[in-house]
Amino acid sequence: MHMADALISPVVGGTMWAATAGVAAYSMKKIQDDMDEKKIPLMGVMGAFVFAAQMINFSIPGTGSSGHLGGGMLLAILLGPYAGFLTMASILVIQALFFADGGLLALGCNVFNLGFFTCFIAYPLIYKRIMGKGYSPKRIFGAAMLSAIIGLQLGAFGVVLETLFSGKTELPFGTFVMLMQPIHLAIGVVEGLITTAIVTFVWKARPEIIEKAALGEALGSISIKKVLAGFAIAAVIAGGVFSWFASTNPDGLEWSMFKTAGKEELEATDGIHQKLSEIQSKTAFLPDYSFKTPENEKEQSAGEGEESWPAVNSGTSISGLVGGGMTLALAAFTGMTISMIKRRKKKVIV
Amino acid sequence: MSNIMNSLYNMRLLDDLARKETFIHRIHPLVKLLTTVIYLTVVVSFNRYEIIGLFPLIFYPVLVLVLAELPIGPIFRRILLVEPFIIGIGILNPLFDHQVFILGGLTISRGWVTFFSVFLKCGFTVAAALLLIATTGMDSLASALRMLKIPRLFVLQLLLTYRYISVLMEEVARTLRAYSLRAPQQKGVHRSAWGSLAGQIIIRTFERAQRIYQAMCLRGFAGEYNIGDYRKIKASDWAYLAGWVLFFAVARIYNIPVMIGSLLTGVVR
Repeated sequence: MHMADALISPVVGGTMWAATAGVAAYSMKKIQDDMDEKKIPLMGVMGAFVFAAQMINFSIPGTGSSGHLGGGMLLAILLGPYAGFLTMASILVIQALFFADGGLLALGCNVFNLGFFTCFIAYPLIYKRIMGKGYSPKRIFGAAMLSAIIGLQLGAFGVVLETLFSGKTELPFGTFVMLMQPIHLAIGVVEGLITTAIVTFVWKARPEIIEKAALGEALGSISIKKVLAGFAIAAVIAGGVFSWFASTNPDGLEWSMFKTAGKEELEATDGIHQKLSEIQSKTAFLPDYSFKTPENEKEQSAGEGEESWPAVNSGTSISGLVGGGMTLALAAFTGMTISMIKRRKKKVIV
Repeated sequence: MSNIMNSLYNMRLLDDLARKETFIHRIHPLVKLLTTVIYLTVVVSFNRYEIIGLFPLIFYPVLVLVLAELPIGPIFRRILLVEPFIIGIGILNPLFDHQVFILGGLTISRGWVTFFSVFLKCGFTVAAALLLIATTGMDSLASALRMLKIPRLFVLQLLLTYRYISVLMEEVARTLRAYSLRAPQQKGVHRSAWGSLAGQIIIRTFERAQRIYQAMCLRGFAGEYNIGDYRKIKASDWAYLAGWVLFFAVARIYNIPVMIGSLLTGVVR
C-alpha cells in the first residue's frame, strides 16, 4: 500500500503533504500538552518495534501463504492516536529513505493513508467506542478486528483516489476500486487477527500498558478533532478539484507556482515572463490530471495527449529516438569517464 | 528470517556509504535534501506520454553515484527491488489504452508508452531517494530537518526510532530463530502463537524502552537530542544547488534529446 513517487503528480503529493503536516502539527501540540518526557523514547522504541515486527511473517490459515503486520492500529492502541500517528510517520520516513518503500513526495500520501485513517478515524470512532464499555477478550477481538479492517479499507480507498487524481495510470475508477478494496479486505482481516492476538496477550500479561494509553487519550477533546478531520478532508477534496481545474486551464505554470511558492508574482507581465509563458504554453507544465474519461470524452483527451507527445510525425519521432539514445549513451559515458579518472587518481596517491 | 538480516544489512550498507568522504558527501545536507525534492518534483511533473524528454534527467543519479564513489550494483539492485510494485499497477495501462501511434515505422500502443514512463519515473525517483541517504546519512539529514524548522520532538522521535531499529531487529531475529527451531518446515508463525510471540517481543520492547530512558536520564537527557552546531551553507553548496536547479529547469522546458536528435539527423541528411 506504500505509494511510489512515480504514481503521483506534484499537486496531489503537495496537497497530501500539507494535510499530513497539519495533522502532525496538531498531534505534536497534543503530546506536548501532556508532555511526559518518557513518552518520546517509548515512541521511538515502539516505532522500531513495529518496523521490526513487519519482518515477522505470520502464516495465514488455509492459504499456505503468509502476511505481516502493518501496525497503524497497534500503535494507536498502545501509544494513543497522537503519538501513534507521529510514530507511524517516522517509520514511513525511514522506510522511504532506506528501502525506497514509498517515495519522498508520496510520503504525505502514505502517512495519511496508513496513519490518519487508523489513528484518527478507526481508533476513536470504532475501537474506543467498543472498548469504552470495559475490557474483555471478546470486546478486544471485536474492536481491534473491526477497526483494523475499516482503517485499511479507508487507506486503500485513499490510494485509489490519490492515484486517479494524479492521472499516471489508465486504470478506470471502478476497476481500481474493485481491485484494491477486496484485496485489502483480506489483508485487513489478517491485520485485525494479528492485532487482536497481540493486544489480548499484552492486556493479559501487562494490562496497565494498554489501559494507560487509553486513559491518556481520554483527555483529548473530541470537538477539535472533528474540526481537524473536516479540514483535512476539505484539503484533500480541494486538491482534487484543483487538479481538475488545472487540467482544463492551460495556464498551469503560474498556478502551480502559486501553489508551491505561495506567491503570484510570476504573472506574465514583462518580457521574460511573457517569453516563459509562451514556452510554457507549448510544454504544458502539469501532466493532465484527467480521470479515465467515458467514451465521448475519450477523443478529446486523446487529442490532448497527442499534443503533448511531440513526436507524432515520423520526422521528429526519429529525432527523438536518436537523441534519446544519444542522451543515455552520453550519461553512461560521462559516468564511466569520471569513475575512471577517480580510480586513476587514487592509484597515483597510493 | 533471512528477510530481517537482509534488511539490517541494507540499512547498514547505506549508512556505511554515507560515511565516505567525497565531494558529494561534503555538500551541505540541507542542500542535498532540497536538490532531491526539486528533482523528484520535476521528474514527477512530466506528462505521462513524455518519455524521451525525461531521459536527460538520468544525468543526476549517474553523476551523484559516480562522484560519490558509490557501488553501482547494490544501489541498482535496490531500485529493481522496488520496480515490481510499479509494474503491478502500470502493467494494466497497455490493457486499458489501446490507441496506437506510429513512431519511426513502429506501431506502439499508448498504453505501453505510459507504462514505460511510469517505470522510468519510478527508477529515477527511487534512485534519488536512495542516493540522498547514501550520501548524507540519517544524523545529518536530521540536522537538515531541524534547519527546516521541523519540530524538535518529531526529529528526536525519528532519530530514536532509527537508532533502535537495528537493536530490535536483532531481537526479533533471535526470537524467530528460536521459534523456527521448535517448528521446523513451517512457513510463517502459526496462528496459535501470533499473540504470544509478538506480544512477548512488545513487552520486552517496553521494558527495554524503560531501561533506555533511565540510562538517558542518567546521562543528562532533558528532552533534547544534541546534534551540535549547524553547519553553515557555503557558497559552493549554493552553487551545487543552483547548478542542478538550472539543469532540471532546462531539461523540463526543452526536450533536449529531440533537439540533439534533430541536429544529428539534420547533419546526416
